[in-house]
Amino acid sequence: MSATAPAAPKTNRIGLAKADYEGSKSTLCLGCGHDVITKQIVTAFFELGIEPRRVAKFSGIGCSSKTPAYFLNRAWGFNAAHGRMPSIATGALLANPELVGIGVSGDGDTASIGIGQFVHLVRRNIPLVYVVENNGVYGLTKGQFSATADVGSTLKGGGANELVPVDLCGLAIELGCGFVARSFSGDMKQLQAILQAAIAHRGTAVLDVVSPCVTFNDHEGSTKSYKYSKDHEEPLHEIGFVPYFDDTLAEIPPGETKDVPFPDGSLVRFRSVGRDYDPTDKDQVLATLHRSRAAKEFLTGILYLEPEKPTFAKVLRTVEEPLTTMGADRLRPSREALAAILEEYR
Amino acid sequence: MSTAPSPAASVPFAVTVNDFSLQVATANGSGSQTANNVLLRSLFRMGVPVSGKNLFPSNIQGLPTWFTIRASRHGYIGRKRELDVLVLMNPETAAADAIAAAPGTSVVYERKLAVEKLRDDLRLFPVPFGELASKLPLPPEQAKLRRLLVNMIYVGVLSDLMGIEPVEIEASLRKQLGGKAKAIELNLAALRAGLDYSAATFPEKLPHRVERMDATAGKLIIDGNSASALGCLFGGATVCTWYPITPSSSLCETFIELCDRHRTDPGTGHTAAAIVQAEDEIASIGMVLGAGWAGARAFTATSGPGISLMSELIGYGYYAEIPAVIFDVQRVGPSTGLPTRTMQGDVLLCHTNSHGDGRHPVLFPASPEECFTMAQEAFDLAERLQTPVFVLTDLDLGMNNWMADPFPFSDAPFDRGKVLDADGVERLRETWGRYRDLDGDGVPWRTLPGTDHPRAAFFTRGSGHDERAAYTEKPDDYVRNMERLARKLETGRALLPKPVTEERPGAKAGLLAFGTSHYGTAEGRDRLEREHGLPLDYLRLRALPIGDEARAFLERHEIVYVVEQNRDAQLAGLLRDALPSCASRLVSVLQYDGLPLDATTVVDGVLAHARPAGGAR
Repeated sequence: MSATAPAAPKTNRIGLAKADYEGSKSTLCLGCGHDVITKQIVTAFFELGIEPRRVAKFSGIGCSSKTPAYFLNRAWGFNAAHGRMPSIATGALLANPELVGIGVSGDGDTASIGIGQFVHLVRRNIPLVYVVENNGVYGLTKGQFSATADVGSTLKGGGANELVPVDLCGLAIELGCGFVARSFSGDMKQLQAILQAAIAHRGTAVLDVVSPCVTFNDHEGSTKSYKYSKDHEEPLHEIGFVPYFDDTLAEIPPGETKDVPFPDGSLVRFRSVGRDYDPTDKDQVLATLHRSRAAKEFLTGILYLEPEKPTFAKVLRTVEEPLTTMGADRLRPSREALAAILEEYR
Repeated sequence: MSTAPSPAASVPFAVTVNDFSLQVATANGSGSQTANNVLLRSLFRMGVPVSGKNLFPSNIQGLPTWFTIRASRHGYIGRKRELDVLVLMNPETAAADAIAAAPGTSVVYERKLAVEKLRDDLRLFPVPFGELASKLPLPPEQAKLRRLLVNMIYVGVLSDLMGIEPVEIEASLRKQLGGKAKAIELNLAALRAGLDYSAATFPEKLPHRVERMDATAGKLIIDGNSASALGCLFGGATVCTWYPITPSSSLCETFIELCDRHRTDPGTGHTAAAIVQAEDEIASIGMVLGAGWAGARAFTATSGPGISLMSELIGYGYYAEIPAVIFDVQRVGPSTGLPTRTMQGDVLLCHTNSHGDGRHPVLFPASPEECFTMAQEAFDLAERLQTPVFVLTDLDLGMNNWMADPFPFSDAPFDRGKVLDADGVERLRETWGRYRDLDGDGVPWRTLPGTDHPRAAFFTRGSGHDERAAYTEKPDDYVRNMERLARKLETGRALLPKPVTEERPGAKAGLLAFGTSHYGTAEGRDRLEREHGLPLDYLRLRALPIGDEARAFLERHEIVYVVEQNRDAQLAGLLRDALPSCASRLVSVLQYDGLPLDATTVVDGVLAHARPAGGAR
């Protein structure tokens, strides 16, 4: 991209303009919730001043999985096979831990064909921002129910879902995920704060973002439509992300708040919106989630936060530098070592 | 001791030296593995070429298992179908094994099994193994070891009957048991009990004698999976992902041990490798592709069922051009099939793997030494060609102990292939496209994620892409890309391991084999010339797709016997496809019963064609 703007544009802390974070033109339907999330991803990386070349973008298959082509053209992208984004990301991020990983998936890609890989990625705590653009339908194959469709939600052509939906947030928390959030593509401010915090989190961050499908699931009777989501969204708290490099960026002043610090010096600041909710208290979090399911509430915010969990590379005790650049001098034992090994087989 | 020599044993016999096939029948989990390996190693230490094959069930305890040792002063270490010596310890199989034995076979057996009532044309050596074991001086708390020590008693009996030197048995035992002094002492007592009993009871020994020779100096005893794992270590593999499956698991388990010892900084405890036991084979190959894409040398090891699961992503790797190394340690299919038996049934599965078009390089190691060298070559090829590369071994090679030549050390630099760094991207500017053929060899240049240049990044996708990795559904773009991929495989053809050929004067026909089919084929070839006056040339194929040497071999012979261990003549089919003009000259010799290929199969198969109904063709 040679996107040199005519007038000096606003630049971030590493001197890049927002255009340096943009991607190709979206080919999704006009008004798609996914495009809103794409824009927020561009903003988040720009605001945090992360070098695009350090970012690795992953996705599976589906409308959502096309979106990594629409942000950060200067980053490497890997649009994988259906449901297999987690394993691809795991391999890449183990090979080069200096990469900042972001994965975009959908409810079909994650909650059905890819649920096994999702489960194991979360168990391993692979440092990846895992965004599920959740619209409750298979868009690219024209509107079949996905496994996150709510009971009673209807298809555009008629017929209601009767199967229990998969709650990806509840599942992630049960599996020990240290960063679990639910948001809505119509709530840009909240989504932006969550994205920034998720990128700063060193571990798996699961973001289940309701993102209406304007073509197949935005009708009366759908529980993933814009209208339904707007009418029912209940934020658990207000969220502000304060990056380690600039605490003047805090939008929420200290006071009626709870701060959760990250190991790098960043922090997430929560302000109560009338509900007594502590995202670091797992028992309370799970109880709240269970109640909200029964009450059919659409709770948004950072549901659960535990910033200091060892990543998989730590558990494996893998070296901290990239495995990708090591040469024979580092990896190949000596001639004498081979002779000694072979001696054991004599 | 009521052991009158059996009728067969009193018949005069021809003594053979260092040339026999011995089979021990026990129950799985009875602890015979140590004794059998000690036996194998003792022969090896006496300088006798030897191989051991474990025919085991898919079971942890109780089902029958057979261990076969082949010793050959001529150096033949393939399976020999004709058994010379049986040791029958398992009541479940003793009768069937005895009834199946050829007349004159020597049989050592637990006396209670009363084999003498079944056959009077065998050379019989009844031994009261249970009784001898019960007399071993064991403290009460170790009484349960008796069951295990029985195995060392038959080693003692064989030592006396065949002339296997006790001093080498003791040395092998010490190596096998490491520093476990008490266990060594007990086993030596059992060995002595067997030796003494046999010496006192059987005045006539076996006609199959073991004598010291000098054909194993400097050689190793190693299984193919360990050799492959060593190849991965020395080949610079840093990411290993796997899902447990017989017969491949020990490859990755050995790699884990090797990395603990040779890649781990004792100070920090950090390892220059990431090894993941994945949730399934799909995730294994996904991680390999992710790591290969990022620039690490990554591999997975599995068997046929795992390859089936990986197929979608292998096709992705081919089309998106990502280096990957995949070991397929073949077993009998389908799915659970006969999971502990050997086969060469995945030739087509691997070479043509996945949906849509695609041909993949496949390497065929035939020995532990080649497992070691080809593992290293596979990483070079995968990165040079930017594609998944298969290393195809099988249960026989992977899990059995083989006498092997020592492995050569290579200090050649790793071939990391065409990787552009930031300077390279700057230099090429507009010229570079991720999938653009700049050199005419079909192989494009890639960049690794993280490369510090604003133009370095690209987008990887399985769907249609043009030379600059941008999305396209244009027919011309698709065709151009597929043609380049075909060109790339042509480039690969010249880089693959060359076949090994051997010619015989006067030969008009040839034999062609690969992998473990080599052993039965090479021995069968000698027998065909010696016993039937039929000289044959021989080509051992070491990779697919075939290169010029194999083409020339097929073209210059009237008949080529293609030996493989599967029913569908998979390799022959690929050869016919590659060289239609030679199609009618190929004659298949096949074995697909789950046992390693033996020479008699090759001799019979060739003669059935060359000398039908006794006449010469």
